[in-house]
Amino acid sequence: MTLVLTLKAQPPQRLDLSPLVPHLLEGKSAKEIAAIDLATTREPAKAGDIFRIRSGSVDEIRFEGGSERFDNLGHGATSGRIVLDGDAGSNVGRKLAGGEVIVTGHVGPYAGSSLASGRLEIKGDAGDFLAAPREGELHGMSGGLLVVRGTVGERAGDRLRRGTIIVEGDAGDWLASRFIAGTLIVLGAVGRNPGYLMKRGTLALANPPDLPPNFVDDGGYFAPFSAVLGRALQAESAGVAKFLRGPLHRFAGDVSVLGKGEIFIPG
Amino acid sequence: MPGITRNGVRIDDSFAEAFPMRGTAILITGPNRKWARQAAVTLTGFATSVIGCGVEAGIDGEIDPRDTPDGRPGVRVLIFAMSSTELQNQLTNRVGQCVLTSPGSACFGDLVAPDQLKVGELLRYFGDGWQISKKFGGRHFWRIPVMDGEFLVEATTGMTKAAVGGGNLLICGADYESTLRAAEAAVEAMNKVKGAILPFPGGIVRSGSKVGSRYKVLHASTNDAFCPTLRGQVATALDDDLGCVLEIVIDGLTEAAVADSMRAGLAAIVKLGPKRGARRVSAGNYGGKLGPFHFHLKELAP
Repeated sequence: MTLVLTLKAQPPQRLDLSPLVPHLLEGKSAKEIAAIDLATTREPAKAGDIFRIRSGSVDEIRFEGGSERFDNLGHGATSGRIVLDGDAGSNVGRKLAGGEVIVTGHVGPYAGSSLASGRLEIKGDAGDFLAAPREGELHGMSGGLLVVRGTVGERAGDRLRRGTIIVEGDAGDWLASRFIAGTLIVLGAVGRNPGYLMKRGTLALANPPDLPPNFVDDGGYFAPFSAVLGRALQAESAGVAKFLRGPLHRFAGDVSVLGKGEIFIPG
Repeated sequence: MPGITRNGVRIDDSFAEAFPMRGTAILITGPNRKWARQAAVTLTGFATSVIGCGVEAGIDGEIDPRDTPDGRPGVRVLIFAMSSTELQNQLTNRVGQCVLTSPGSACFGDLVAPDQLKVGELLRYFGDGWQISKKFGGRHFWRIPVMDGEFLVEATTGMTKAAVGGGNLLICGADYESTLRAAEAAVEAMNKVKGAILPFPGGIVRSGSKVGSRYKVLHASTNDAFCPTLRGQVATALDDDLGCVLEIVIDGLTEAAVADSMRAGLAAIVKLGPKRGARRVSAGNYGGKLGPFHFHLKELAP
């Protein structure tokens, strides 16, 4: 049976949910879980104060009810499945190293920040700095899969090093800034300056804005890679699969840096 | 040699003696069926016997576009060698010279196994720094820029140590025409068996060999006991009513695949009957000294 944490009432302060991941809860009783402190201020906030806890296998942790004050959901999880029915705050799935995190509502900034492995799905919108590194970190997401069904804010995919990001909605300005490598696909509209200072990596934009002048036209793209990627992502997003099956045009850049990145747009 | 008779075809109480090999599988796709097949045919060229070619290779079958990673026509190729090192060297050379060069091709690993062989992992350097690494869906690909676009190649493919080489059938008929007809019928049936290939030309070898030779430089020499033209001069294995012998050699990713292939071949030969096809079927072995796998014809006969 699933471990279920039902929200009693909106929390009085921001909460740090990072202790509530499968590998840290393994072997803990409901009473022990209730005693875990989630506070981020001097006022205590024990898990038992915030949630009604129904114990079960930690392989799946289900949060019934969310809050934009829930920070660090699924932080560093290595296995299992975390499902949050509702909204969440910042740093959802940050440093996720395995397993799966699913949020049905909207989330704040830095969702999937430095995600390393596993799968993060956000059914609503995400804030700025999706998959990006935090202050002082050299790279952002380094593996795994991140799917956002709604829109994302600015600087999504900043310093992406590896892994795949799907955004089914719109994206803000400076998408894929400082890209190191990896793949980011956006089906909706995209703001200004996508691929700013990207060195390598793949950006696929179904509805691209005018591309910056530091991307050079490579012409039509007729190689099988896009079809293989599309087929691999069919189960995640039918829209992405359809876009990648169609004719594509390729631009290379950002030539003001290494310039080995690429932007695919409909051909 | 006492045996059994099926539909008038004599089946010897003998066995094909086979030995362990290293095996791998790759899937080659192309812009159409013709070019997918061309790349596969070129890659498997001059790969009949480890005695002189390093590897034994062949086409396992064509793959429907719906079942390939890129949605294009595909051909599955199996390659076998006596050592992992030799298999690795030949795989790199053959994919590099025959698939990378073939118009519109892509190359995928097609065997799931704990041991891995490098494919794109080595060929990527052809990209001269412009190669692109891509990891998704648990797989690792290399995209190498080439003059018609891009060569997509998977980084690695699986290698099995449970592969079996040297399964065989000796098809003995009255004359050339009937023996070839029986061999061709067997090949057609055996080509439908997945996981096994027939590495010789069109699946057939007319120069079956025995181990050793009177000449020091040769490891193998003609199978004189089954040579009709030497009847009377050597200890022959041929009856008076037999004038021609052809062999089919089988390599499989598993022992079961070799057995299934031989079973399919025997059934096709028996179905054809002794008038239009073979009068007798035997198998090559060296008294059990060559390898641990023994495929007894009586157990595989229909």
